[in-house]
This record gives sequence, C-alpha cells and structure tokens, in this order.
Amino acid sequence: MAPASLLDVRHDGTELKAIGAGSWTAENADALEKLVSDAAREHASAGHGQIDLSQVDRMDTFGALLLERLRRSWSDGGVEPRIVGLKRRYNVLIQEMSRMGHEPHPAVRRRERLLEGVGHNVIDIGHDAKLLLNFVGASMAAGLRMMMRPTTFRFTSMVNQIDRVGLRAVPIIILITFLIGCILAQQGIFHFRRFGADIYVVDMVGVLVLRELGVLIVSIMIAGRSGSAYTAELGSMRMREEVDALRVMGVDPIEILVIPRLLALVIALPLLTFIGSMSALFGGGLVSWLYGDIQPGVFLDRLKDAIDIDHFLVGMIKAPFMACVIGIVACMEGLRVGGSAESLGAHTTASVVKAIFLVIVMDGLFAMFFASINM
Amino acid sequence: MEAVAEHEQIETESGREVLISVRDLVVGFGERTILDHLSLDIYRGEILGFVGTSGGGKSVLTRTILGLVPKRSGTVEVFGQDLDALTPQQRSAIEQRWGVLFQQGALFSSLTVKQNIQFPLREHLNLSQSMMDDIAYAKIEMVGLKCDAGEKLPSELSGGMIKRAALARALALDPEILFLDEPTSGLDPIGAGDFDELIRTLQQTLGLTVFMVTHDLDSLHTVCDRIAALGEGKVIAQGPIETMMESQHPWLRAYFHGARARAVRSER
Repeated sequence: MAPASLLDVRHDGTELKAIGAGSWTAENADALEKLVSDAAREHASAGHGQIDLSQVDRMDTFGALLLERLRRSWSDGGVEPRIVGLKRRYNVLIQEMSRMGHEPHPAVRRRERLLEGVGHNVIDIGHDAKLLLNFVGASMAAGLRMMMRPTTFRFTSMVNQIDRVGLRAVPIIILITFLIGCILAQQGIFHFRRFGADIYVVDMVGVLVLRELGVLIVSIMIAGRSGSAYTAELGSMRMREEVDALRVMGVDPIEILVIPRLLALVIALPLLTFIGSMSALFGGGLVSWLYGDIQPGVFLDRLKDAIDIDHFLVGMIKAPFMACVIGIVACMEGLRVGGSAESLGAHTTASVVKAIFLVIVMDGLFAMFFASINM
Repeated sequence: MEAVAEHEQIETESGREVLISVRDLVVGFGERTILDHLSLDIYRGEILGFVGTSGGGKSVLTRTILGLVPKRSGTVEVFGQDLDALTPQQRSAIEQRWGVLFQQGALFSSLTVKQNIQFPLREHLNLSQSMMDDIAYAKIEMVGLKCDAGEKLPSELSGGMIKRAALARALALDPEILFLDEPTSGLDPIGAGDFDELIRTLQQTLGLTVFMVTHDLDSLHTVCDRIAALGEGKVIAQGPIETMMESQHPWLRAYFHGARARAVRSER
C-alpha cells in the first residue's frame, strides 16, 4: 500500500480531517511543508478537527515540527484538532515540540548600510592610528628598558628571526629584483632607442633602482612574506592564550616577542635591499648587453658617471625605517587577533595591506625630504 | 519493538540490531600500531561509552569509523553497508544519518549558531527559510539553549554553550547515530551532569544510538547502557558498568576502583 500523499485534508460534515501517511522525515520535509501550509488555511469553515497519523510510519523532528505547525494554525483558527493514531514512540517527541517555539526568534543580525559602513571605517582609521602610536610608544619603551638591562635581550631569538626573514628570503628577493631590473632596462632601451639615447638607460636603471625601486620592491616583498608570518605567529599565540601566559609570568610580550622580530627586520632589510639592488643592476646590465648591445664594460663606466654615493645612500637610509614600519604593523596586528580563526585571517590581511600602504607613504615623504636637502 | 520492525535488520545472537560493526580493524601511523585487530559492535538504541588510556586510540577509532583516518586493514560496516564498498553518493547518504560532536565543538567560527545548524540543512535538503529557522530554533531549544543564542557567533559563547550548540548542529539532520568525543570534558561537574541528562533525554526523544568517547566516570555510571574499554589496541572488556567493575584486568581495576572512582560510587 503506497500512500498517495503525505497529507490529505478532507471535510467530513463539520469535521475537518487531515490524514497523514508515509515518512514524515527530513527527506520529505520540503513537500510536507507545502502540504501543511495549504492544510493550515482550511480551518475556517469547520467546527472541529482531527489529525489522523495512523499511516505515518516514521517521524523525526522535521515531521513533528510540521505537525505542531498544523496543530497551532488550526487551533489559532478556533479548531482544536485531536491527534489520533500517532505511534506511541513518537509521543515524547511531539510533547517536546509542543513545548517549544513559544519564545520569539531574536532579530536577525542586520547588515550595515553603506553610509554606516563608511562612518565605521572612518572611526576605525582614527582608532588604528591611535593604536599604532600607542604600539610605537610601547615598543620604544620596551627597547629602552632592554638597553638598561642588555642581558635580558633575546639574542638567540633575534638570530633565529634574521635567519627566517633575512637569509631565507634571499633567493626570492634576488629573483624578483633581477626580473624587475631586466624589465626596466628592456623598456628603457625600447623607448630611448627612438631618440638614439640608448646609453641613458644606464642612468635610468641606476638611479631608479638605487634610490627607489630596490628598497620599495624589497619592502613590499618582505611585508608580504615576513610581515604576514609575524602576524600569523603572534596571532595564533594570542588565540591559544600563550601571550597571556607570558604576561602572567611577569614577562612583557613586547620585549620578548616584538623587539627581537623588529630588530631582526631592521638588520635584515638593509642587507636585502643591498642584495636586491645589486641583483636588479645585474639584470639591467644583462638586458642592456643582450638586448641593447651595450657592452658590460661600457655599462659599468656609464654607471660610475651616472650615479654617486648619494643615490646609494638615499636607498639604504630608507631601508631600516621601512623595516620598522613593517615590523610594528605586523606585530601590532598579530597582538590584536581575537579568539577566532576568522579574526586571524582578517588581521593578517590587514597587516600586509597596511604595511605596504605605509611603506609607500613613507617613501613619498622621504622623496620630499631628500629633494629639499638636495640629496 | 516497533523500531526493529520497520528496518532491515542484522540479527545477532543477542537479538539486537547492529548499527555499526567494526571487524579486525588495524590502524597505525608509521611504525606504531594504534588499533590492532579491534572488533566492536554498536547496537541500535544504546548509549555506548568508550574508555581507554589517553593517547590509546579512542579518538582514532572514532575518526576511523567516520573515515577521517585511513585504516590498514579490517572492515567498518555502518547500517549493514561496508563503508569501503560505497559510491560517494551512498557514502554521503550514510553521512547524513550520523552526527558528530567534536571535542572542541568545531563550530564554524564565521557563522552564527543558527547558521551553523542550518548549514547541513542547506547542503542536503531543500527547505524554505522559515522552515529552516523553525528547525534551527527547535534544535537550539532541544539542547537547552536560549533562543537568543541563535544569533550569536561561536566566539561569543562559553565552553558549555559551545558544546550544546555543536550538539544542536550534530542533530540538525535528525541522525540515527550520534558520535560524541569527550562531551563533558571542560565542563564543571554540574554542567557535565546536565549534559549527561540532556544526552539521555535526546536519546529517548529522538531514538538515537550514541557512541560516546569519555573519561567521565559519572557519565559512565549514569548514562551509558554499555561500556567498551580499549587497551593495547583491542577491546579488552565490554558490557554494562557492573561487568566493568568486576573485571580483573589490572587497568580496568585501576580505572574503576581508583580514588576518583570510589568517590563517584560513594556519592551514589
């Protein structure tokens, strides 16, 4: 006997009869929901009602919930239905269900509107700036405290960090800056050739790489590579309460976690900038030779004339400042991570974005500064 | 009785339907063998407590049954079907018939409690939003949470509430088998007692079969119908709590007659 329908509604004189059949379970919940909402509208004309479930052979929460819906909508319409034929083992479930659902559902979290979002962001930016200043202050204070007691400095930790952010970054830095140098030289030659000014490509590559591109590319790479790693490390330590563990042991997390990382970056970034710049110059020279027919000897002579020590210094002076920006932003974001994995991801992204943004802003400020002192 | 009548069933000597049958299971990592030819049956409608030393492979067995850890040999049959012989569709159908409560809850941290509960519903069923809301709130009430917990994120919940919310998610699809991995760990004794009672109530209301990995002697005494003990990669003893108490196995004697066990018994 295959039941024709999960739910049939009949008018039997003044009695409204709903006859259920089959499996009132999750698989059929979709179909049953529609039948129940149709049946729920039928109560108007009837005096009393009956819900016959003798042919329902299986029932779970889904079925019980829909039965309860039907019962409530009929009884709201003045028909108090009797439920008959329900298998005994489902009695508890039905009782549970009729007990439930009287509390109103809480309001759904509202998505914030556009203007509201802009407002929140502006407030957040102000808040961020304050926190950044706060963190710079805390780091400086911790640094000064360490200078008073140099024995507390974690030398091993710093060397380990230099290895991770410096030495291990060398191959990728060499590769990227080499390619940038190549591209720069190729573009220069391609466009200068029209004026017969091929040789000026050496000036362009030399000045650009040493003053700006070397340090900028390396800083951006390190912000992405090591800044994100700092944030994720410190963030997961915060998630597992390791940072709190340090604090209750009377150890300042900034001294032990932030300062070695910051110093490691300050040492590693100038070295990487130097390596990167040399690699970019090498790339530029190689392309000038192979693509622009500028012999290596000519390239070097021209380079010697085109650049002086100031160009080199401008690039190198910027490097430790960039390192501070990256390190401070990364550590600050890491220590702001909350309890969830989502927060870790959000702060890691924020760390990289903010670090790169600040690196470029700093570079602009330096450009103005060096221009005004004629360097 | 009716429950037995309507399902295809596998009869054993004891006359009860076996839902999960593990035979000669061997699981190991590298050189180390964790489970060594382990066999275990789980019957419909029972609450089976599973005990064993820390690191002894209790969680490994659960995870192997669930298919999260690869096995070296042996078979795992669930609802009479060998899990290795199934097509992905059949497997997914089986996976909808069991629910798992992980030790840390494993609630999705970016979703609210309500969305967590609705996640399996959304994946496997085609329901209207109002139906899904009703179901989610019914489950939330069933596990003893207040309705306003529905719109909270897991990070805003206490440890006990996380367990309850995770239980609600495990129950979302009205599973027949419920796996609980140390459900009462990290709860205070009163909270743990309430949770035990909740499991018992739900088991009766929904007709669940429960497989519970636990260390909690109270839970073993109050809610478990049967206990299986794991030692040296095998089931060294199984049966009701009385059998466990009478066992002469040294580890079981230490476990059920130690200072903590005596304290539990003297309360009774």
